[in-house]
Amino acid sequence: MDFRDFIMQNLQEFWHLTGFYNATWEHFVMLLVGLFFIWLAIKKNFEPMLLVPIGFGILIGNIPFNPTAGLEVGIYEEGSVLNILYNGVSAGWYPPLIFLGIGAMTDFSALIANPKLMLIGAAAQFGIFGAYMVALLLGFAPDQAGAIAIIGGADGPTAIFLSSKLAPNLMGAIAVSAYSYMALVPVIQPPLMRLFTTKNERLIKMKPARAVSQNEKIIFPIVGMILTCFVVPSGIPLLGMLFFGNLLRECGVTNRLAKTASNALTDIVTILLGMTVGASTQASEFLTSETIRIFLLGFMAFVIASASGVLFVKLFNLFLPKAKKINPLIGNAGVSAVPMSARISNNLGLEYDPSNYLLMHAMGPNVAGVIGSAVAAGVLLGFLA
Amino acid sequence: MKKRILTLFVAALAGIVAISAQGRRGLRINEVMIVNDSTSVVDDFGQYSAWVELFNSTFGPLEISSVFLTNDPAKPTLYPVPLGDVNTEIPTRQHILFWADGQPNKGTFHTNFVFTPGQDNYIAIYDADGKSLIDEIVVPGTLKPGQTYARKVDGEGGTGNVDAWEVRDGSDEKYITPSSNNIIKSTNSKVDMFAEQDARGGGMAVMAMCIVFTALLVLALCFYIINRIGASISTRRKEKALAETQPEAIAEGRPDSDTGEVIAAISMALHDHLDAHDRESTILTINKVRRAYSPWSSKIYSLRELPRR
Repeated sequence: MDFRDFIMQNLQEFWHLTGFYNATWEHFVMLLVGLFFIWLAIKKNFEPMLLVPIGFGILIGNIPFNPTAGLEVGIYEEGSVLNILYNGVSAGWYPPLIFLGIGAMTDFSALIANPKLMLIGAAAQFGIFGAYMVALLLGFAPDQAGAIAIIGGADGPTAIFLSSKLAPNLMGAIAVSAYSYMALVPVIQPPLMRLFTTKNERLIKMKPARAVSQNEKIIFPIVGMILTCFVVPSGIPLLGMLFFGNLLRECGVTNRLAKTASNALTDIVTILLGMTVGASTQASEFLTSETIRIFLLGFMAFVIASASGVLFVKLFNLFLPKAKKINPLIGNAGVSAVPMSARISNNLGLEYDPSNYLLMHAMGPNVAGVIGSAVAAGVLLGFLA
Repeated sequence: MKKRILTLFVAALAGIVAISAQGRRGLRINEVMIVNDSTSVVDDFGQYSAWVELFNSTFGPLEISSVFLTNDPAKPTLYPVPLGDVNTEIPTRQHILFWADGQPNKGTFHTNFVFTPGQDNYIAIYDADGKSLIDEIVVPGTLKPGQTYARKVDGEGGTGNVDAWEVRDGSDEKYITPSSNNIIKSTNSKVDMFAEQDARGGGMAVMAMCIVFTALLVLALCFYIINRIGASISTRRKEKALAETQPEAIAEGRPDSDTGEVIAAISMALHDHLDAHDRESTILTINKVRRAYSPWSSKIYSLRELPRR
C-alpha cells in the first residue's frame, strides 16, 4: 500500500463514520420534528422549559452514525454518556425527583379548603381508562395499552415512569406525545369546555376559599401520603416524593431543602429528563405506525380526560345547593397539567365575566389531578406489571 | 436532652430492624439434589455431586460471604461461606449453587459436608453470627437418585414450610432447574389474564376508577373532618381572645363586630384624612466602594447578559 492509498483508505473509513454517509430519510424527518418542537417553544412559547430540551434532544438522538463502529455515542449503547444519563428515564428515577420538586412547589391550600374538589381530579382520570379501552380495540396488549393510556393523565413524569415499567419500547413515543399534548392544552381544552357548558354555567361564581392554617398544610402531605399509598402501594415512588416535597415546603423548618427541591433540583432533572427523552426518539425506534397510533390515542385520552372532568362537575352540581354550585369551567383542570389547565379555567371564566376569577378554585382539582394520575399509574402498575 | 437520646435510640432501632428485615433474611434454600445420578449438572471438576441451590428472594443484590451452611442442627456453623470471593454476591432474584461434596478445598462453592442418601437430610442457613437462622428444610429420605426437592415457586413459602416444597423428577411438568428459576415464565401472567378476561378493558376501567375515586374520596373525607375540627378550634380561640380583649362586645352579643375589613377601612380613612406619611430619614451616606479591578477578571470581556424576549 503506498502513501496515497493509505490516505484514501483512512479518509474513506472516516467518510463511512460521518452522519452524511449514514443518514436516511427517517433521520431528516426526526430532525425536522426536533426543529418543530424548538420552534413551538421559542416562537409560540408552548411549554418552552420542556419542549426546548426535548426538541434539542431529538436533534442529538437523530444525528446519524455508524452503530457498528463501537463509538459508544448512541443513547442505546451501554456505557455511552447519553446511555448513563438515560438511566434515570429507563430505570424510572427522574420522574419521582420531578415529583419531589412539584410537591415542593405546590400549594395545596385550595384543595384543603374545599376537599370535595378532589373528586374532580379523580373523575378526570377516566381519560386514562377510556384511552386504555380504545388502545385495546386498536390491538395493543394490555400492558402497552396501560402505558399509552396514562398520557390522559397529562403528567409527563408519570407517563415516563409507567411506560418505563410496562412498555419500555414505547416510552419515547409516549413521553413525547404526553409532553406535546401538555404543551397544546391551551389549544385542546377551551373548545371542549365551551362545548360541554352552557353560558349560565360559565357565569357561576364560587365563594372564595377559606384561609387554611399551617397545621392543616403540614398534616395534608403526611395524611395524604399514608392514605393514598395504603390504597395503592405501587404509587409510592411518585406519591411518596410528591407529598415529601410538599412537607418540606409547608413544615417551615426546611426552607432550604424546599427551595433546592423546587428550583435547582427540578431544573437539573428537567434538563436531563427532557434531553434524554428527546434523544431516545431515534428514527429507527420512533418512526413506526405504532407511534402514530400512540399520538392518536394520546389526543383521545386528553379529550376524554378534559371532557369527563367538566361533565363530572355538571353531574356533581345536581346534588349541590345553589349557593355551593361549582363552575364547570374548572372541570378541565382535573387533568394534572399544572398550572396550565387551571390558568385556562381562569382565562375562560374571565372571558365570560371579567370579575370571575377561577384560578384558586381550579388549582384544587388541578393538584388533585396530580395525585389522581399518580394513583392511576399505581393501579395500572399493580394490575399489569 | 433525654428526649433527643430517646429519639435517636428509636431511630437507630428502626434502622436496624429495617436493615435486618431487608438483608440476608431474604436468602432462601430453593432446590436440593441429594444423589446426582449423572442426569443433572456437573461441577467445574466434572464430578456429579449433590447440590443445594440458594435463591436471593430480595429485589437487591445479596452478599452471602460469612453466612453458614449446615446439615447438622447441632452444628450451625459447619460450613462458613468464604470471604473474598466476588461470586458470593447473588444478583437480584437470582440463584447460586453449592456442591455438597465434602471437599471445601475445591473452592468457595464446595461444602465440607455431604448428604446421606436414603434418610431425611436437614439443611439450614445461619447468619454470620452463627445463631440467627435464615432458612431451613428437611429433605425427605424418600427422594430417589436424580430427583430434587424444590420450592414450588422460587423463594416463596417461608422457612421450613413443607407445603411450599415438592419432589421433582425431571419430567416435563416437574423439571429440574439448577441455577435457574423453578417456574419458567415466558409471559406476564397478569397481562395474559387481562387479555383473556377483560379484552375490551371495561373491567379495568371500572376497577381502576373505583380505586382512584376511593383513594381521593378517603382523602377528601379525612380533610373534611380535619376542616371541621380546625374550624371549631379556630372559632373557640377567636371567641376566647375576644372575651379577653373586648368583654363588652361579648356581653352585647356582637362578637364579630370588629372584623379585619372594618379595621382596615377605618385605617384607610384615617390615613386619607390625616394625609399621614412615614417619617423618613434625610441623611445620605456616601461610601466609596473599592473594587480590585482587572480586565482579566472582568466578566464584561468574557460574558454577556442572557438575552431577554
